[in-house]
Amino acid sequence: MIDTLRLTAEGAKELLDRREVSGPELFAAYLEAIGERDPELHCYLHVCEDSGGDGIPIALKDVIGTRGIPTTAGSKILRGYVPVYDATVVARCKEHGLRVLGKTNTDEFAMGSSTENSAYGPSRNPWDPARVPGGSGGGSAAAVSAGLAPWALGSDTGGSIKQPSALCGNVGLRPTYGTVSRYGIVAFASSLDQVGPVAKNVRDCAYLYSIIAGRDPCDTTTVESPPVELPHRDDLKGVRVGVPVELNEHEAIEPGVRHAVERAIALCRDLGAEVGECSLPRSVDFGLPCYYLIAPAEASSNLARYDGVRYGHRSPHAEDRLAMYENTRDEGFGDEPKRRILVGTYALSAGYYDAYYGQAQKVRTVIAREHAEAFERFDLLVTPTSPSVAFALGGRTADPLAMYASDLLTIPSCMAGLPGLNIPCGLSDGLPVGLQLIGPQFAENMLFRVGHALEQAIGFDVVPERLR
Amino acid sequence: MSDWQPVIGLEVHAHLKTRTKMFCRCELDYGAHENSRTCPVCLAHPGALPVPNERAIELTIKLGLALECAIAKRAVFARKNYFYPDLPKGYQISQYESPLCGRGRLVIPTEDGEEIVGIVRAHLEEDAAKTVHAGGATGRSVGATASLVDFNRSGTPLLEIVSEPDMHSADEALRYMRLLRQTIVELGVSDAEMEKGTLRADVNVSVRRRGEDGLRPRWEIKNMNSFTFIGRAIEAAVRQQVAAHEAGEEVVQSTYDYDADTDRLTVHRSKEEADDYRYFPEPDLVPVEPPAEMVERLGGALPELPGARIRRLEPLVGFPLASELVSTGNERKAELLAAAGVEWRAAANVAMNRGDFLPENAPALAAVLGANLTREALDRAFAAAATASITADDYLSDAAVGDEAALAPLVDAVLAANPGQVETYRGGKEGVLGFFVGQVMKETGGKADPKVVNRLLRERLAR
Repeated sequence: MIDTLRLTAEGAKELLDRREVSGPELFAAYLEAIGERDPELHCYLHVCEDSGGDGIPIALKDVIGTRGIPTTAGSKILRGYVPVYDATVVARCKEHGLRVLGKTNTDEFAMGSSTENSAYGPSRNPWDPARVPGGSGGGSAAAVSAGLAPWALGSDTGGSIKQPSALCGNVGLRPTYGTVSRYGIVAFASSLDQVGPVAKNVRDCAYLYSIIAGRDPCDTTTVESPPVELPHRDDLKGVRVGVPVELNEHEAIEPGVRHAVERAIALCRDLGAEVGECSLPRSVDFGLPCYYLIAPAEASSNLARYDGVRYGHRSPHAEDRLAMYENTRDEGFGDEPKRRILVGTYALSAGYYDAYYGQAQKVRTVIAREHAEAFERFDLLVTPTSPSVAFALGGRTADPLAMYASDLLTIPSCMAGLPGLNIPCGLSDGLPVGLQLIGPQFAENMLFRVGHALEQAIGFDVVPERLR
Repeated sequence: MSDWQPVIGLEVHAHLKTRTKMFCRCELDYGAHENSRTCPVCLAHPGALPVPNERAIELTIKLGLALECAIAKRAVFARKNYFYPDLPKGYQISQYESPLCGRGRLVIPTEDGEEIVGIVRAHLEEDAAKTVHAGGATGRSVGATASLVDFNRSGTPLLEIVSEPDMHSADEALRYMRLLRQTIVELGVSDAEMEKGTLRADVNVSVRRRGEDGLRPRWEIKNMNSFTFIGRAIEAAVRQQVAAHEAGEEVVQSTYDYDADTDRLTVHRSKEEADDYRYFPEPDLVPVEPPAEMVERLGGALPELPGARIRRLEPLVGFPLASELVSTGNERKAELLAAAGVEWRAAANVAMNRGDFLPENAPALAAVLGANLTREALDRAFAAAATASITADDYLSDAAVGDEAALAPLVDAVLAANPGQVETYRGGKEGVLGFFVGQVMKETGGKADPKVVNRLLRERLAR
């Protein structure tokens, strides 16, 4: 009766408002879908019991702290950890009557681009289970595409919302840094982490963003953001669209991806937008290497609290304090967090700080300035979200650098603190291609307007072919 | 020894007098049950974020202004990274390159001028939790079977004041420390009680030959919590370093502990093993930008500072007493007594030697002091005055017997009863006088005025 594959959150709300279905019926429909398809896709690390109520269900990435519901961040070191408080975004969802379906899979501590770094095994792409759903928020993205949740929250540090949405063929927003509270989110890299929505369409995405956005007294880096306007226009009249050459013609971009994006850019013109080229040379050349200094540096410090003293895993094999630390962290962390802790510790060490972390922060300012200059001429920029479509499981696990390159196109705007929206813009070899819309700070409404108009014009079917 | 000049700098840590912790809303309550004042922030649960305590920022600026520090337009919190079970986040939030208070100075009045100690910086940070080692013989981690952590202290606002190495003797260092403590207490910044651990100091000591430029390697003596031991530790460090330099031994820069039993310093940790704290700006906190109006308001509300008050009291009681009164916090008592009619110098002496009393008791105490009471009666009067209202009349009946007519017969009787001692006195041993005084006091139940008794005895014995 309830087709969770097609039902949007807005549609679900209408059903509930018209009392055509009850909250428990809706919740049960998703639990049934999860029971049916999650054994294959492994989107969820924890599924909740129905607790009554009449709101729309939601899935939460497992880095988002939930009172009374296990929160592991995809790591063994937090196995069995149950938070005593709700993250601010969770509290806001609950205030709006949203009900937690469960916690979705993630690369360990959100470090990865495929969910293959999860300590609890990878998730699979609903379009092709032999392929990855992207990462780190692959669980949330796959759950939304496979009808295992109407919408979800993810977290994005260098592309962890946008890239999985691209690979799974749905809509994901990384909001402007500072518009959504990080309080209660397991920290990876504090100056980059942002929570954002994953949905089947732009309107749902905008609505969920309106619920979670806004200043939070518990997070001093947050600010008040402009009121969200749900998009409704079909045209792009008066919109100036910039095409950054380096991000559209990079050699790493697959031809199928490039063609789909070119068609979408042509569509922008058809809808009345002015389209022109611009250049972000330093952002592309230095974005990725600087990201891989700043993010690990902050992570090396953020992950220091997992020491076995107060909660989480504590090694039973320890004779003294030092051994407790070493064994706890050796047993609890997987390879990727260890790799980044090592890199980050090195980058912050006395004598190296200026050359690495300090220098990377300066480059970050350059990247932000380069984007700001582009926005003097354009309202938003368009690029592919991911250079490739979903890749095969195991395809990049042996080569960390190849895996890091998955975020080549999403990282620059993250480094500049800018909002980015992924919408599906077509298929390549039967797999979704993602279009990335980047705006200036606080320009979420512009991204929603353009994303919505393009979405209508493209007519992409978000239900994976094999599940239709 | 006189060839060598000690060079001393201090890092003073004071727990700020706020109601709640530095980055969360947990109450500060030193007596509370272990781990009962904790939350996700001060236990460093995943996702918890710090929010700075505005009162702590104000108090820090207030002290900074009193120390004539440059107040930062933009102060930045930084993470100091290291592992220890009492440090839940694995880093301490402190300030590194951009502290709230920059360069300043403390002027310490002296008898013949003043000593100026430069302040390098004053910054805000959070204290660690408290570790208790159980099961070992020594209470230290070595040999302990378990370590227990009490997180009530975790995140207590801590002010660190770093001085220039401007002091050149233990006395100078103690004068600085006392006046700084008094300033901190009077401004309501901290209770600054060393016994309770709300005031601690790290002491840096080196020596150099007089006239020598530059500094030789220094020893850092950590976590000193008594004025007496700070003085002794400095003297011990100077002794040991001078001996080492003179013997041609290398003095290595490192951290030392002061052992009160042997009055010697022993190496705590050498610099080779020193931690690399990997400081970097705290990304969870935006920089602190104190509004100019706030700094102005705090500056305008500063009371008269201790140094100025020493100068004001100097003409009344002389420098040593003025300095002592102010830096020991006994000045208010002297003021109250002086206002009630006690001569200033006498009032100052009483204030230095007597405990606190309720201000309302000052007139009664002045009357009691003027009445020439016995020591016991005074003791009772001050003891009572500490906690309740007293009436002078209750003590005046204990006035010393100073009436010659009443005392003369007693003196005569004592002399008549002790002819042997009288002979001894007249033979030249005047020390026997004390014996006679004692006898008279005994007869009068301690009430005789010793001055009168002395005079009467001398007159009679001289005959």
